[in-house]
Amino acid sequence: MSLEISEITKSYGRFPALNGVSLFAEDGEFLALLGPSGSGKTTLLRVIAGLETPEGGTVRYRGEDLLAQPVRERGIGFVFQHYALFRHMSAANNIAFGMRCKPRATRPSNKAIKAKVEELLALVQLEGLGGRYPSQLSGGQRQRVALARALAIEPKILLLDEPFGALDAKVRRELRRWLRVLHEQTGLTTIFVTHDQEEALELADRVALLKDGALEQVGTPEELYHEPESAFVFDFLGDSIKLPCVIEGGIAVIAGSGVPIVGPHPESGPATAYARPDAFTVTVGEGPGQPARVRNVLLAGPDARIECAVEGDGSIEVRVTHEEAAKLSPRDLVSLAPRAVRVWV
Amino acid sequence: MSGGKVNSPARRDPPLLVAVLIGVAVTYLILVLLLPLFTVFFEALRRGTETYLSAMQEPDTIAAMQLTLLVAAIAVPLNTVFGIAAAWAVTKFEFWGKNALITLIDIPFSVSPVISGLVYVLLYGANGWFGPWLDEHNIQIIFTVTGIVMATTLVTLPFVARELIPLMQEQGADEESAAATLGAGAWRTFFFITLPNIKWALMYGVLLCTARAMGEFGAVAVVSGLIRGETATLPLQVEILYNEYNFVAAFAVASLLAMFALVTLAVKTLLEVQFADELAAQRWR
Repeated sequence: MSLEISEITKSYGRFPALNGVSLFAEDGEFLALLGPSGSGKTTLLRVIAGLETPEGGTVRYRGEDLLAQPVRERGIGFVFQHYALFRHMSAANNIAFGMRCKPRATRPSNKAIKAKVEELLALVQLEGLGGRYPSQLSGGQRQRVALARALAIEPKILLLDEPFGALDAKVRRELRRWLRVLHEQTGLTTIFVTHDQEEALELADRVALLKDGALEQVGTPEELYHEPESAFVFDFLGDSIKLPCVIEGGIAVIAGSGVPIVGPHPESGPATAYARPDAFTVTVGEGPGQPARVRNVLLAGPDARIECAVEGDGSIEVRVTHEEAAKLSPRDLVSLAPRAVRVWV
Repeated sequence: MSGGKVNSPARRDPPLLVAVLIGVAVTYLILVLLLPLFTVFFEALRRGTETYLSAMQEPDTIAAMQLTLLVAAIAVPLNTVFGIAAAWAVTKFEFWGKNALITLIDIPFSVSPVISGLVYVLLYGANGWFGPWLDEHNIQIIFTVTGIVMATTLVTLPFVARELIPLMQEQGADEESAAATLGAGAWRTFFFITLPNIKWALMYGVLLCTARAMGEFGAVAVVSGLIRGETATLPLQVEILYNEYNFVAAFAVASLLAMFALVTLAVKTLLEVQFADELAAQRWR
């Protein structure tokens, strides 16, 4: 095990940010810390880097106690959410900064530093832009300079705080793929923080989902998506539709019709059924499942979506094929039946 | 201004109103600012340049000039160091009593300088709290250069800190944190990251602090004792000469102070023009 975090606690005044979080990362692993804002994911990242001091717990790297070392001796690369580039230095000087900070005995020569800067600029695809100042670079370029700067110290671990948070959607997707490739090239143990489940599921080898300063579930993206251990995990990892149900003999009864249950569940009693928007069978008119009235048919995108009003003032948006959607128009009566559900009380 | 032209009909005010408003503004500026400034130089040169120059060469005036420069040379560096330290502490760290410290820094701004001077007399004067003890050890503060330096330092204390705090607050501590993760120690971080980021604000602060240190009257008047040629700074020298009906000399010395102020302003403006790009670059987010 490369990095081992155990029982970390940290609070800001009376507000607990981390409640005994334990987590590990294998050598070369790409780990995502996912969670809503205020879940403690950034705090955990800053604890690993040494930018925050926890009240309790340990952080070990290959057996050595990281918490006993000051930030500057840890050798952990950190990419800040807003990059925190040195605004009065050119991109090249930003990247060279960490190498120039080394003690004289281990500091590379000026020539070696220059060569390394060029190499890193090439790695992050910014050849020829070393002379630019941060204010003369685009968001995506700044991000890559920040990454090159962190890589320049040849860190044991690379930490990224919301690496794509400040970028627009298209650049974000490009950089995401590029980062994955870069990770494969460098093989560096990497932990990144994100609140975007899509990002975490697409990039990471394993995802740690945090909620209120505690780990909710850790696993591969597939495990988290297909075997969520709590309603929170199910809800956080994708669009979810909640329907009240009653469990009878191992089957969820929703609006009078039975639906098979996936995953652990109580034998009987009232509960809430959870399903993804693409797991519904839509019948026009009376049929099995929840009666609803079509409010809007949305045809843009690879899947069509229909927005339906259900009893009370609820609204459900389910995904259907374009062929199905073509048969529907607003004000039609439909019946929505999930093919299978998960239940939590 | 987005798109709207100043001269578009919708925005054109009645000519009379325009004339009146501009007239009021210009008259105000002339009466309050330009006329007094002009008067200073006019009165100083009234009897010709020769009288002016000889008034400047009075030993007392030269002594006052030297004292003023000496006081500024001590007070400004002290407050620069203090200002940087205070702004650094307040903006890069969280600690108990932080807001109290910020308020404390502002006190010299809100209290009349005369009070500041008086406090020193009450503390260090012959009948003050520490008076007997200082007397025993043969130390005199009130009516000496030491007292003047202390009073000036107190009055000019907020200038550098006040200039730095808002800027450093806006910049946050991310760059310093980044430097730390890259292996930089505290001194390297300060000299290579923090200082370059605040250099312009720092320069402004130092300029303003210098201008005020040289021009301070109230606090210095209380602690100085007005000993000619010994504890009279330039502003006090103006007062002394004026009270002696030596108007030409008084205005000559005053013109010197006015010139200091103008030079300060000119340097500030020049810096802004010269480094406009760099200043703008500092504000990127």
